[in-house]
Amino acid sequence: MLNSKIPAGQLDQKWNDYKGHVKLVNPANKRKIEVIIVGTGLAGASAAAALGELGYKVKTFCFQDSPRRAHSIAAQGGINAAKNYQNDGDSVFRLFYDTIKGGDYRAREANVHRLAEVSVNIIDQCVAQGVPFAREYGGLLSNRSFGGTQVQRTFYAAGQTGQQLLIGAYQSLERQISLGNVRQYSRHEMLEVVMVDGKARGIIARDLVTGKLERHFGHAVLLCTGGYGNVFYLSTNAMGCNVTAAWKAHKKGAYFGNPCFTQIHPTCIPVSGDYQSKLTLMSESLRNDGRIWVPKKKDDNRKATDIPEEERDYYLERRYPAFGNLVPRDVASRAAKERCDAGYGVGTSKQAVYLDYADAIDRYGKIECLKHGIENPSAEVVREHGVAVVKEKYGNLFDMYDKITGENPYEVPMRIYPAVHYTMGGLWVDYELMTSIPGLYCLGEANFSDHGANRLGASALMQGLADGYFVIPYTVGNYLADEIATKAIALDHPAFVAAEKEVSDRINTLMGIKGKQTVESFHKRLGKIMWDKCGMARNAQGLQEAITEIQQLKKEFWSDLKIPGEIGEMNPELDKANRVADFIELGELMCIDALNRNESCGGHFREESQTEEGEAKRDDANFSYVSAWEYKGEHSWELHKEELTFDVAKPTQRSYK
Amino acid sequence: MEHYNMNLTLKVWRQKNNKAKGGFETYKLSDISSEMSFLEMVDVLNEQLIREGQDPIAFDHDCREGICGTCSMYIDGKPHGPWHANTTCQLHMRAYKDGDTITIEPWRANAFPVIKDLMVDRTAFDRIIQAGGFISVNTGNAVDANAIPINKDDADASFAAAACIGCGACVAACKNSSAMLFVSAKVSHLALLPQGQPEHKGRALNMIAQMDKEGFGSCTNTGACEAVCPKEISLTNIGRLNNEFLVAGLTVDN
Repeated sequence: MLNSKIPAGQLDQKWNDYKGHVKLVNPANKRKIEVIIVGTGLAGASAAAALGELGYKVKTFCFQDSPRRAHSIAAQGGINAAKNYQNDGDSVFRLFYDTIKGGDYRAREANVHRLAEVSVNIIDQCVAQGVPFAREYGGLLSNRSFGGTQVQRTFYAAGQTGQQLLIGAYQSLERQISLGNVRQYSRHEMLEVVMVDGKARGIIARDLVTGKLERHFGHAVLLCTGGYGNVFYLSTNAMGCNVTAAWKAHKKGAYFGNPCFTQIHPTCIPVSGDYQSKLTLMSESLRNDGRIWVPKKKDDNRKATDIPEEERDYYLERRYPAFGNLVPRDVASRAAKERCDAGYGVGTSKQAVYLDYADAIDRYGKIECLKHGIENPSAEVVREHGVAVVKEKYGNLFDMYDKITGENPYEVPMRIYPAVHYTMGGLWVDYELMTSIPGLYCLGEANFSDHGANRLGASALMQGLADGYFVIPYTVGNYLADEIATKAIALDHPAFVAAEKEVSDRINTLMGIKGKQTVESFHKRLGKIMWDKCGMARNAQGLQEAITEIQQLKKEFWSDLKIPGEIGEMNPELDKANRVADFIELGELMCIDALNRNESCGGHFREESQTEEGEAKRDDANFSYVSAWEYKGEHSWELHKEELTFDVAKPTQRSYK
Repeated sequence: MEHYNMNLTLKVWRQKNNKAKGGFETYKLSDISSEMSFLEMVDVLNEQLIREGQDPIAFDHDCREGICGTCSMYIDGKPHGPWHANTTCQLHMRAYKDGDTITIEPWRANAFPVIKDLMVDRTAFDRIIQAGGFISVNTGNAVDANAIPINKDDADASFAAAACIGCGACVAACKNSSAMLFVSAKVSHLALLPQGQPEHKGRALNMIAQMDKEGFGSCTNTGACEAVCPKEISLTNIGRLNNEFLVAGLTVDN
């Protein structure tokens, strides 16, 4: 049975009570306890730094050439915290409530409240580490708005917030390495969990430079390996992002929670051709000042700047007057798809909408002219001043758009379209972030826990750092306190030998197929099935078809795959094959989960379940649960349900009108 | 933007591993779209090579949005290619025209040994950070984030230095393979903030010592690093580092 181990007591006291009563490990014992951390993004690096500081012996692993390159680095817009520095009515409760509501009542109240509580500590910690957040002239921290909220609680560092936070965590990690508390293994990929007597006791990792397999022991193993958006082939994830570590754990007994909950981000640069290798996000912060529109006329082929104001449909402002362009991501994405499907899309592909800064440039320009005492400024002078303001706020994003598309967004509106961005689903974890395998933890995007069916902007960075800096240092101790007598298990233990053999057999099988089709071609085909049938809109028939197609694809993959090169060398195609093999299996489970959840909630939109106005319709009577899937063998899973109860934030139909 | 297709000749450095001797191989590519990114062009070539039974070109890349610092190609004699303030992954093929020949090499520096083809080992940068590129504050010790106001100009300057992505283009561009721009960016990022002050002397001395130990060369103020830096890290950071180093050398307590 699933036991989420949520502490008793009042919601706002649970975490405090937990911390007050949790078991501790004394410093002399910490020195003898080894912890393995896989992944060095915000969750992994912060956990490694925090556990190293406490005195545990930590090993960290990443497939990149340095921990600083993990994909947390690409997060642009910001990080939320309930600081209420703006005096605009924010509080821990509001952040909690916004997150639960934003997640469409499919997240755990206790976890989310804890997240909101520790959010304030994160900002303090990051500033102390030297994270150069944006500041006002008075020297204090600046905030901005993000989707799904009506307060300004987002801290940021231009459009590079993820980079600055990750560098902060990375520096803390490097410090622990220099102090000898952490050992770092870069260009290493975890390919198996080692289980001894039902507990996670280590991993098998592959040195990607030499191709050699290595055995590593740990009293506990933490997976901080990010999301699985690349199952769609095209996403805003980095090329290397993968589900492999989480999937290996799943196949060893860790339940997978809500796999179908995928976030499609509304503001990405549209696909330009078949060669497209990834998609690029334009930060949600752009919706602060930008206005989204399509022509009122179908198949309007005029240039954007030739379409007069009265012939533009600012459809988000029209449909959602209260939140306007700042509705949550799932709502904004579906609205864009709706307009494009109805024939109002723009650009050559017609799969795009405009994100327009003309109004913002004009508005800021006029304010600047007032500030500078310029009377009756000409349109050019207003524009010049307005462009300067927009450049300071969003310059790097505008430059990026220009580089990719060759169009100048200060002159013409940007073309944007939704793209896969984040996965709310992940390994099921309890309140302590432990998976259903004892001793195996999962942090950050890789777990399922805090965002329900839709994540609010600027909350991913918050969760990664909350889990790593402020949650796991307490909760892992509660487990390790009972492990102080456990000696390090020898690496020639039969469990290590067997796990390594499993990995090497699998690699040999892959290399031995010697078929005709490349890894990339399989990945693209998987992505297309997923996007067409398990993407922004899903229905039972499409999902059933997808399951059959994916099973067929899997057969083909294992019989006609072509991998060049050798095992015992740097072989990126082999690395990719290992990952795509797991994505194929995950894709099937995502479709099974989406088929099971016959309701619409957050990013999961079942066409069978919508209101007359086309909004997502939840079915709380039947689906107010977390789907936790247990792997039972080839194409076979058993569903476990964790019922969700809402004592404080009572579910209502989500409305942003 | 006008779209066009082009045929290209690529001369690419191929090297099986760190011990093997490398050399240039020439490849022909046809119908490359001007809308592709440079790395998508290499993807196309690699798919072609795999289908022909050849070994694809190994190269480092990850985020493909110019922020992770993984990509590292030396294109026609310039780190990250022809565009100003740009990474290889953000270079797009409209920079080229039909019939062009493009030469691609790895970063070349003793401190960045080649792993395979265009991939190099940049762990020396991690070790330089380990030598002092941090603020020694344990988790949970922090005071309120607004307790210490920071002059906006200092915060902005610190951010500009912290924008370094650690790609190593500065080293690749430098005739001495110096890592001074990288080191100075980190020292400046931290020295410009009040939180970074307590350790600022030791930081400069230790990071420089590690840089020397890793085999990076000396700085002769040529400025090639600044010219190729994708994040426009300024040479003034090197001035600040020199100052920090000098003051620390004169005043540090042994």
